[in-house]
Amino acid sequence: MAVFLQVVLDGLLNGMLYALVTIGLSLIWGVMDIINFAHGEFLMIAMYVSYWLGFLMHVDPLISWIASGIFVFLLSVIVYKLIVSQLIGKPALSALLATFGLSMLLKNICLNRFSPNFKLLSDTYLGGKVIQLGNNLILSLPQFIIAVASMVIILLTYHFMTSTKIGWAIQATAMDRDAAELMGIDTNKIYALVFGIGGACVGIAGGLLPMYMPVHPEVGSLFSLIAFICVAMGGFGSIIGSLLAALLVGLIEALVGFYIAPIFKYVAVFGLYLIVILIKPRGLFGW
Amino acid sequence: MGRSRRDRCLWYVMLIVLALLPLIPGPLQGPFAQHVLVSILLFACMSQAWNILGGYCGQVSFGHSVFFGIGAYGTGMAVVTYGLAPWPGVIAGAFLAMIVAIAMSYPCFRLKGHYFAIATFAIVEIFNRLFMVWDWVGGAMGLDYPIIEEGWKNFMWFQSKTQYYYGAFILFLIIFSFVRWMEANKLGYYMKAVRDGQEAAESLGVNSTSVKLTAIAISAFLAALCGAFFVQYNLRVDPPMVMSLDMSMRFVLITILGGLGTLWGPLLGAAILIPLQEYTRAIWGGLGGGVDLIIFGILIIVIVIRQPKGIMGFISWLASRSKAAKGGDE
Repeated sequence: MAVFLQVVLDGLLNGMLYALVTIGLSLIWGVMDIINFAHGEFLMIAMYVSYWLGFLMHVDPLISWIASGIFVFLLSVIVYKLIVSQLIGKPALSALLATFGLSMLLKNICLNRFSPNFKLLSDTYLGGKVIQLGNNLILSLPQFIIAVASMVIILLTYHFMTSTKIGWAIQATAMDRDAAELMGIDTNKIYALVFGIGGACVGIAGGLLPMYMPVHPEVGSLFSLIAFICVAMGGFGSIIGSLLAALLVGLIEALVGFYIAPIFKYVAVFGLYLIVILIKPRGLFGW
Repeated sequence: MGRSRRDRCLWYVMLIVLALLPLIPGPLQGPFAQHVLVSILLFACMSQAWNILGGYCGQVSFGHSVFFGIGAYGTGMAVVTYGLAPWPGVIAGAFLAMIVAIAMSYPCFRLKGHYFAIATFAIVEIFNRLFMVWDWVGGAMGLDYPIIEEGWKNFMWFQSKTQYYYGAFILFLIIFSFVRWMEANKLGYYMKAVRDGQEAAESLGVNSTSVKLTAIAISAFLAALCGAFFVQYNLRVDPPMVMSLDMSMRFVLITILGGLGTLWGPLLGAAILIPLQEYTRAIWGGLGGGVDLIIFGILIIVIVIRQPKGIMGFISWLASRSKAAKGGDE
C-alpha cells in the first residue's frame, strides 16, 4: 500500500510538471489555433540557461528560473515576429511545419554548441533533499517545488485570463479576431503577448528542472509530445482540462512504469490518448 | 477524361530521362552521386505514397513512418529471421501495413485538423516504443542483414548501386503510374471532392468514409513497398531508423515543398531536398554534428513561409502569367 501511495504521489508530482509545460501550449493553441512544435525545445533552452547560470556563476535554479522565464519570453516574442506572425491565417499545417523546422534548428544549435552529453548541476540547494511524510512516504523536494510553482502559475494565468483587461482582450481575440480588431484591440500585439506568455510558462518550468533533471539537446522532444497529448486530451483551449489531463498522464505514466515495465509507460500514455479521443473526439472537457 | 498531348509527352520524356540517368558519364557516376539518385527516387516514391492520402484526399497524416517501418520490418524479417528471399516479406509487410492503416483510421478519421495530426504522432510513438522492446522483431538492436548472394533474387548488391537505382525506378513506375491513373479516374475525383468539402461531396452521393479508407489503404500499401526497398538498400533496420516522427516529417516536407496534391510535386521536392540534405551532411556532418540539420531547419522555415504551395504552385503561377501575357498580345 505504501508503495502504491508513493507511486501515485510521484505520478501526481510529475503530472504537475507536465501541467506547467502544457499550460503555455494550451494558451497558444486556444488563442491562436497554432501548434508550436518547438515548445519542448523552448523548455530545453530554458534548462540550458538555468544550467549555465548554475555552472558558471553558481546561481541556484531556485533563482535562475526568473532569468530562464524572461529569456524564453523574449525568444518566443522574437520567434512570433519572425516566423509565426507570417503564418497566421494560413492553413493550420504551415505553422506546425515551420515550428518543426524551428525545433530542428534549436535542437541542433544546442547539439553543436553544448555537445550531446547529459549535463547535471551537482550542487543545487535542494538537489536530492526529501521530506519524510509519515512512515514510508517520501516527497522529493525539487519535484514538490516545481509542483507548487506549477499550481501558482496556473492560478495566476487563470486569474490573468479571466479578470484583467488584457486577459479579456486575449479572450476576445480568441473568439473572433476581426471583431476584436474592430473594438480597437491590436490583435497582432495580443498574439505576440500570448506566444510570449506561453514561452515564459515553459521557460519557468525549464528553469527549475535542472534541480533534478540532466540537460541534453533531446530533452524537449518527449515533453513536446506529452504537452500535445495533454492539450488535445484536455479539450481545446481549456486550462482546467489540460491541467487534469496532465495529472492523468503523470499518474498513468508512474503506475504503468512501476507495475508493468518502464518501457511501456509512454505506450500506455499515448494509448490512453487514443482511447480517450475514440470516445470523446473533442477531448475530456471539450465541447 | 483524356489527357492533353503535352501531359503525355512530359510523362514519357521524364521516364526516359530517369531511365537513362545512371548511364550518363560525368558527375552522376560514382557511389555517392548514385546514392543521392537512389535516395531521390526512394523519397519521391514515399512522398507520393503519402501524397495520395495527404495531398489528394486532404488527410494530413504524420503516421506514415509506421507503414514504412512495417514494410521494412516485414522484408527484413523474411531475410534475417527466416532466411528467405525478401519477396514474401515484401508482400506480407505491405498487406500488414494496409491492415494496420485501416485499423488506425477508425479512431483517427473522426478527428479534424490538429487533433488528427496529434493522434498520428501518438501512433508513431506507440509503434516506435513497442518495436524497441519486441524481441521477435529484433528490439532496439534492430535487424542486421547477413551477406548473401547478390542479384535480383535477393534484391541485394554490393559492388554497384546501379541495380538499386533500377529497383527504385521500378518502384517509381509502379507508384507514379498508379497516381497518374488515379488522377484521371473516378477515385481521384472522389478524393479531391472529399478534400475540398466533405459535406458537399457526401450530399452528391460520395461515400466519404469508404473513399478515405481506400486512400489510406493504398497509401499504406505503397508506403510499405518503399519501406521494403529502404531496408534492402540499407541492409539493416532498427526502430528509430524507420518509425520516427522525423521520418514521417520528411515525407510531408518533401511533398509540401514540391506541391501538395500534384503528380510531380513529390519528385520535384525530393530532387531538391534530398541532395541538399545529403550534401550538407557530407560536407558538415562530421564537424561536431548538427550543422547539416541546422541548415535543413532554416530551409524548412523559409520554404513554409515563402512558398506554401510548393514548386508546382510557383510553376503554375509562371504558366498562368505567360498565358495571360500571350492573351494580351492577341
